[in-house]
Amino acid sequence: MNGLTGNDVIHQYLRHNKKFPHVLCPGCGHGIVLGTLIRSIHALSIPKDDIVVVAGIGCSGRLAVYVDFNTVHTTHGRALTFATGIKMANPKLKVIALMGDGDALSIGGNHLIHAARRNIGVTALVLNNSIYGMTGGQSSPATPEGATTMTNPYGQLDKAFDTVELARGAGANYVARGTVFHVKKLEKIMIEALGRPGFSLVEAITPCHTQYGRKNKFKTPVDMYQWLKKSAIDVERYEELADDKREGRLPIGVFFRRDRNGYEERYYAMKEALTGKGAKGGRK
Amino acid sequence: MPRRKKRKEIFALGNEAVVEGALLAGCSFYGGYPITPSSEIMEIMAARLPMTGDGVFMQMEDEIASMGAIVGASLAGRKVMTATSGPGFSLMQENLGYAIMAEAPLVLVNVMRGGPSTGLPTSPAQADVQQARWGTHGDHPIIVLSASDVQECLDMTITAFNMAEKYRTPVILLLDEVTAHTREKIEVPNEGEFEVFSRTVPSMPPEWYKPYEETVRGVPPMPPLGAGYRFHVTGLTHDRNGFPTQRPEEIVELLERIHRKIDQFFYDIQLVDEVQTTDADVVVIAYGSVARSAELAVHQARLNGVRAGLLKLKTLFPYPRRHTEKILGHARTLVVPEMNMGQMSREVKRVNMGRASVRTINRVDGQIVTPSEILKVIMQG
Repeated sequence: MNGLTGNDVIHQYLRHNKKFPHVLCPGCGHGIVLGTLIRSIHALSIPKDDIVVVAGIGCSGRLAVYVDFNTVHTTHGRALTFATGIKMANPKLKVIALMGDGDALSIGGNHLIHAARRNIGVTALVLNNSIYGMTGGQSSPATPEGATTMTNPYGQLDKAFDTVELARGAGANYVARGTVFHVKKLEKIMIEALGRPGFSLVEAITPCHTQYGRKNKFKTPVDMYQWLKKSAIDVERYEELADDKREGRLPIGVFFRRDRNGYEERYYAMKEALTGKGAKGGRK
Repeated sequence: MPRRKKRKEIFALGNEAVVEGALLAGCSFYGGYPITPSSEIMEIMAARLPMTGDGVFMQMEDEIASMGAIVGASLAGRKVMTATSGPGFSLMQENLGYAIMAEAPLVLVNVMRGGPSTGLPTSPAQADVQQARWGTHGDHPIIVLSASDVQECLDMTITAFNMAEKYRTPVILLLDEVTAHTREKIEVPNEGEFEVFSRTVPSMPPEWYKPYEETVRGVPPMPPLGAGYRFHVTGLTHDRNGFPTQRPEEIVELLERIHRKIDQFFYDIQLVDEVQTTDADVVVIAYGSVARSAELAVHQARLNGVRAGLLKLKTLFPYPRRHTEKILGHARTLVVPEMNMGQMSREVKRVNMGRASVRTINRVDGQIVTPSEILKVIMQG
């Protein structure tokens, strides 16, 4: 790792001309996800110029501005559509889509389905905090059943969206889940996701104490991290649990791996077959 | 004078001519979603782009995604395009606004059909004129072009790409169903017979580069993603570095610059054709397929002793004010025929300010405005 550790690595990748402090609340897990992403990119030695971080709208969307890559802060829910265009225009770029749960699963749900179906070579990071944080704590599709939010003051009626099953059904190559409490594991997952062809989806569970926790019986941000610690369980062990024991547990780890070529690989291969050239793809 | 090389002649639909024009202008990325009456553009792109250079064709999941994909590809350095019609145009407004704010060049073709809503999918209309101007939210500049015959579909598509690249802005090309689905003989210009403009890329080292720098032209240079200039692109109001800002002076600077970069080049952007306008008492102001009816009506009026003329708008927005002003020096009457309930006549009246009498002819029944309808109004003086 170039002899650098911890904060030295992180600082190397931050935009120091961007006026800090950042927008995130005390206790928020988003910074941990961003730090993990930076360490993963560093571990893979991907040049900064080759990375494009495409973000949606919300607290997660704001992360892009802090990092010294090519960064595109797009419209709400549409990050994957921009990411698709960028990857197809220049397949040499490593394209990472940063989205929140409302961003990716609600307004951007259709784009998530089709990015997974095409298996486009993009790494999607869904920062799931179970709530619309930036707009003031309204329900998202990932809000757990029974939770209290600004738009469900009498309790959420529907079940939280299962991102993993959605991506599996739609055709993604790789789907994993981690939490900001289990940072080492999250880093391992991200490194693998970034190195794989096709569409990889990593769901990172990250607490929002300000808008979710304090309204749902978590007295302090620490309680939320305690909850992650207690409820998370390796997916392999989770599979072995009896159905009645699964209630309230959060499986983490890699759910599946497939090896289908990414859409951009298939497209440029088709071009090459048609014209006898063109697989080099993209331009610098 | 060396003899001009013979041009290739083809018998083409308006929609096919759009594709020819786009490819000549250097379009290498198309993202779209099928919709009548624009689908031929997408189908021909699907066949042609994979066969050309680094061409990429993408069928996206909807029109929102189509715009997202082409804006992304534009940022990655491609000349990009999409085509749609009414309902799809409505869905594209969100990311169209993003492209205006991020200053991403792109060409959006809207083949107009009758509305509102699903309306008349296979009939002509010109009812999206004001939507093209004001469809996306917030104060914004926009260039809107139009074409009235198949040759113009080709020529104006090239112009649309050139303006998009020159001014770093989305350009909307408004066609109507008649123009798009008319098949006629056109000439394909040879290389070198038309201008091809590509966006200016920065020549300074990355550490000096400011992506949204204030410049005289108001158009900062634009490198493709991945070329070593690592900057931030956002739909938020941003400073010269591209970082979000809420400082009043920076907000004003940005909004004034993106308007100025279009407004100050009105002489390059506002395109019209004039037919016998110099001495005209009655001038028809028309665009799209209606301009063809109007041209015939003007000739017939002249044969009947009325000094009539035609101002054909090829640029709809920014509205060609100076051309209209010149005509208002002598014209008594302006006739504005349109396939809508009076969208461009609002612009004409705004410039007219009560000087000439403005007569409107409006059809919203899915039928074209005929020469005789226009002639009748011209003859009333």
